[in-house]
Amino acid sequence: MAESDCKKYLTLSGLEPLVVTPDSNFINIGERTNVTGSRKFLRLIKEEKYDEALEVARDQVDGGAQILDVNMDEGMLDGVYAMTTFLNLIASEPDISRIPLMIDSSKWEIIEAGLQVAQGKCVVNSISLKEGETQFKHHAKLIKRYGAAVVVMAFDEDGQADTYNRRIEICKRSYHILVNELKFPAQDIIFDPNIFPVATGMEEHRRNALDFFEATKWIRENLPYANVSGGVSNVSFSFRGNNIVREAMHSAFLYHAIKNGMNMGIVNPTMLEVYDEIDKDLLERVEDVLFDRRDDATERLLDFAESVKGQKKEHEDKVLEWRSHPLQDRITHALVKGIDAFILEDVEEARMASAKPIEVIEGHLMIGMNVVGDLFGSGKMFLPQVVKSARVMKKAVAYLQPFIEAEKDGKQEFSGKILMATVKGDVHDIGKNIVSVVLGCNNYEIIDLGVMVPPEKIIETAIKEKVDIIGLSGLITPSLDEMVYVSKELEKQNVKIPLIIGGATTSRAHSAVKIAPHYNNTVVHINDASRAVTVVGNLLQNDSRIYKNQIREEYDAFREQFLKRTKKKDYLTLSDARKNKLKIDWNTSNIVKPQQLGIQIIDDFDITKLEEFIDWSPFFRSWDLHGKYPDILTDTVVGEQATELFADAKILLKRIFEEKLLTAKAIFGLFEANTVNDDDIEVTISDDYTELDLVSQKEGLDGTRPDKLKFLTLRQQSKKAQGKPNIALADFIAPKASGKQDYMGCFCVSTGFGTAALAAQFEAEHDDYNSIMIKALADRLAEAFAEYLHKEVRTKHWSYAKNENLTNADLIKEQYKGIRPAPGYPACPDHLEKTSIWKLLNVEETIGVKLTESLAMWPAASVSGYYFGNPEARYFGLGKIKEDQVEDYSKRRHISIDEATKWLSPNIAD
Amino acid sequence: MSKIKEELQKRILVLDGAMGTMLQQYNFSEEDFRGERFKNYPSPLKGNNDLLSITQPKAIAEIHAKYFEAGADIVETNTFSGTTIAMADYDMEDLVYELNYESAKIAKEVADKFTKANPEKPRFVAGSIGPTNKTASLSPDVNRPEYRAITFNELRIAYKQQVEALIDGGTDLLLVETIFDTLNAKAALFAIEVVKEERHINIPIMVSGTITDASGRTLSGQTVEAFLTSISHIPLLSVGFNCALGAQQLKPYLQRLSNETDFYTSAHPNAGLPNAFGEYDETPKQMQGYIEDYLKNNLINIIGGCCGTSPAHIKAIADVAKNYKPRLIQELA
Repeated sequence: MAESDCKKYLTLSGLEPLVVTPDSNFINIGERTNVTGSRKFLRLIKEEKYDEALEVARDQVDGGAQILDVNMDEGMLDGVYAMTTFLNLIASEPDISRIPLMIDSSKWEIIEAGLQVAQGKCVVNSISLKEGETQFKHHAKLIKRYGAAVVVMAFDEDGQADTYNRRIEICKRSYHILVNELKFPAQDIIFDPNIFPVATGMEEHRRNALDFFEATKWIRENLPYANVSGGVSNVSFSFRGNNIVREAMHSAFLYHAIKNGMNMGIVNPTMLEVYDEIDKDLLERVEDVLFDRRDDATERLLDFAESVKGQKKEHEDKVLEWRSHPLQDRITHALVKGIDAFILEDVEEARMASAKPIEVIEGHLMIGMNVVGDLFGSGKMFLPQVVKSARVMKKAVAYLQPFIEAEKDGKQEFSGKILMATVKGDVHDIGKNIVSVVLGCNNYEIIDLGVMVPPEKIIETAIKEKVDIIGLSGLITPSLDEMVYVSKELEKQNVKIPLIIGGATTSRAHSAVKIAPHYNNTVVHINDASRAVTVVGNLLQNDSRIYKNQIREEYDAFREQFLKRTKKKDYLTLSDARKNKLKIDWNTSNIVKPQQLGIQIIDDFDITKLEEFIDWSPFFRSWDLHGKYPDILTDTVVGEQATELFADAKILLKRIFEEKLLTAKAIFGLFEANTVNDDDIEVTISDDYTELDLVSQKEGLDGTRPDKLKFLTLRQQSKKAQGKPNIALADFIAPKASGKQDYMGCFCVSTGFGTAALAAQFEAEHDDYNSIMIKALADRLAEAFAEYLHKEVRTKHWSYAKNENLTNADLIKEQYKGIRPAPGYPACPDHLEKTSIWKLLNVEETIGVKLTESLAMWPAASVSGYYFGNPEARYFGLGKIKEDQVEDYSKRRHISIDEATKWLSPNIAD
Repeated sequence: MSKIKEELQKRILVLDGAMGTMLQQYNFSEEDFRGERFKNYPSPLKGNNDLLSITQPKAIAEIHAKYFEAGADIVETNTFSGTTIAMADYDMEDLVYELNYESAKIAKEVADKFTKANPEKPRFVAGSIGPTNKTASLSPDVNRPEYRAITFNELRIAYKQQVEALIDGGTDLLLVETIFDTLNAKAALFAIEVVKEERHINIPIMVSGTITDASGRTLSGQTVEAFLTSISHIPLLSVGFNCALGAQQLKPYLQRLSNETDFYTSAHPNAGLPNAFGEYDETPKQMQGYIEDYLKNNLINIIGGCCGTSPAHIKAIADVAKNYKPRLIQELA
């Protein structure tokens, strides 16, 4: 054999070479390291369990794979990161990296990321003429420069090739461009002429296998040195669940495809019967189908399939009554009841009966979802149920997606495109996710940018994706400012997209007064998920001008009224307010010295202890079910739903406890403290206990913790009725001048470690219901932990209330002595105080809870605050303050007035 | 057809020997390395051999001339570490362009002088492109196998800068050498292709890998054939091996390479394996013997020396190479 001929064989490499000669056996491509094809692999990658993912790759190599296909195309994954990381890890495993890699992605940046970390000669899977010649050439040229071979799909500007003629026409054109124009080595081209299902019952599918065989033969005879590959399991798609028939179909197909020149392909070795051992009757029926030899070929194979199915599944589980209803009724039933057990088979049945897979979504599924929407709209279904319905819907759509994509013009028609984002600096997304799910159910396409989204990204995405509505969400007060900022930026960029605003601290007042004036297009505040559908529907109706004008007028009127009203309020000057402070008689007041001064850490706390401390009412509120627990469970309107939701919550809670899915950590400190200059509390860590307690602390303190620090409190300034004080938290601590040594504490607890990973896992399973549930539960557990810790402090560590005997209900009613106010909440709305707590306790270094730039805590399920032990300490709301206090505060905080104004703006009187 | 290809069809070409061995004889001090220009440079500069092209250009020119006198057809520029990545050790990233440009210029001037004196034996300058001191497909941290100290893109950018300066300085060909991580070499080749396209030029490229030990693999784990497969997507002038092994130990790998490739082949082995003191003590005569074995087996088109070799080694090699016919390759259509 001449040497130059030798170079015309496809040659690939990992650590070792792979030469594909005419004498080579069929080259088997391992495909389990593919997130779109393997649920397990997807889960491992999502959870960053790369060690186990490597084992999947190793199994493939051990099992005889000669090329390893790696695919990281999944919406929730950072594909570039996952591809880079996984291939880098493969490079460190000589057993795996000895074989060549197939870098499989529909996204060029992922392909390029893969090519940049592979030393061997890889295969890129795939490129095609789908996006036109320019891009095809550009990519092919780069692939050549990176030194890889390429899979070329039989796909062009008009769609995927589904006939013999289209296949050879596209392959011929692709080959010509590659070989003649780009000098791409012909042997480095691998055509994938599309293996499609046969025996689907559809007339146009009858020649699917035959056309593939013939096209393969043509390619091998007419396009010198080019190779042919394909994904074999597609061919038997309509026999899912019937492995006897499927395995026979795979081997018969493969047998004939190889005879026609297919020299490599993706085959699952466990789904392959030995050709000669296929039942002769079955083989004949399979080959009749493959070669389209009889008009009744499909029926005959189906008959056979039925007979084997019968044999295998004699003891079917009891068939539920509703399963005997007509198809549409079953689908609607599954959606309304949120049952996902049968949805895939029902959807498959619907698909087989429809001309196009998209019709299943637009028909069967939307009919069902409309029923859900009507029931929800009329108050007969509740949010948790709708979210469950969405879960079923998502599974069905996910199943149909590949079929839709395989169609030429199969694009789902959405009613509108909505961008959702939790603004920069904020990490809270339960409400945003609920609104996204509800809108998704109503056939809106949701682009969810997640949490902590910078304004540039919101604007860029809104413009690029041509969204119809932008939804902004946030929970903490700095997010209000961020939303104002986003609206101003949108206006600057001349964006004309309606804005919907939601989240716990947002209000119609804020939206009308602070946001709407900056934005020329519509701004609407939405306070619950069910209203979102109506508002969005109104905004996107054909002629929405009337609605938009109406909203604008409504908000203008509201704003005028609001501004008028606020102007009337009377305020004291700061110095007058200080004169009217809460006066505790420090000579008689009972100050208790804490048992243990200093800082303590609770690491890896037994989370099950928290169950009895959970305050459930806010949990129901987060699902838009209003009422007090436990009465809500028997409520005439929402009782049934609340009970069901509560049961689901308990199931997940049990899992959390048993599988230790969440980790709870806490840090707290009790210190000597005195008020100075009216409103500041000076905290000292005196030497005599510092050392002692540092010993009990874990490593990690970097010594930057100060031994003296001031908490700055804010004072009520609105004019009070006769005899009522203008309170600041500082009033609860003895002033230095009194000569009394007083004490206070601060803390941070978190139960959020593990939440994000779990939520992502649920989302990967299209289970928004549990994804939202886990976050809602983690929030509750964090509150419960704060409650629990406060009790421990009161009764043990500080022990000013040693003999306290309160039930959980009493605790919820705040009947304990002393308070634990949290920065960012009414008594001390100043989020900057969190930075002081972080400094004093070294929170981030010790228990790992971080502060974002807007000072939200991460993980989100965290609570931080102070402890005040005086019997007269009580919760209060600061209300509005005036400029004189802002100025005074800015000096105490050592920041500019502008910055102080920014942080305190929600509380500054206009 | 390029000039060098014409010559390669006629005869076996001889590459020069080690630059480092020759420089040792000059015994340059820190002050010599610094010269007047870098007198007050904040970091220590002794050992930065590439810098000598600027501070001791005469010495570099002398060494090139000695190798040409010994019979070399090709000399390598003094730019083995001429990338921002390798120069970072001396805080001299900003000097990269100048280093490469000047090095190429010096070598080219000497080469032209020799060609002029004897037009029958044209001399060439190969721009030496080393592997840098970082690996793109190996983690330097055993506990973090997914970590990389350098990325493909960083390498590509650094190599492109070096290549442009070498070409501007007048180098006739480019030599991507001492490849212990194929991914680094692929980044260099990628950069060269970009420069070729941008400047509409077609400069010949030599590629030379390094088989690190008796395992017969590169440091990054590839076999001879896998290495060859991984770099053959670019039309190369030659492919070969250098460094790490002596001529004797290199032979079986050269044999395999020669069997598999249609490019010209090259080798510039060390003067044997280092002794207990890290010195190379294979004599010119010994090395000549091993090289003659290559020639008898028709394995080679370009032959020279790496670590420990001197003009005497090169003379011995040139003396024997002229007696043999070059290895034949089939030009691909």
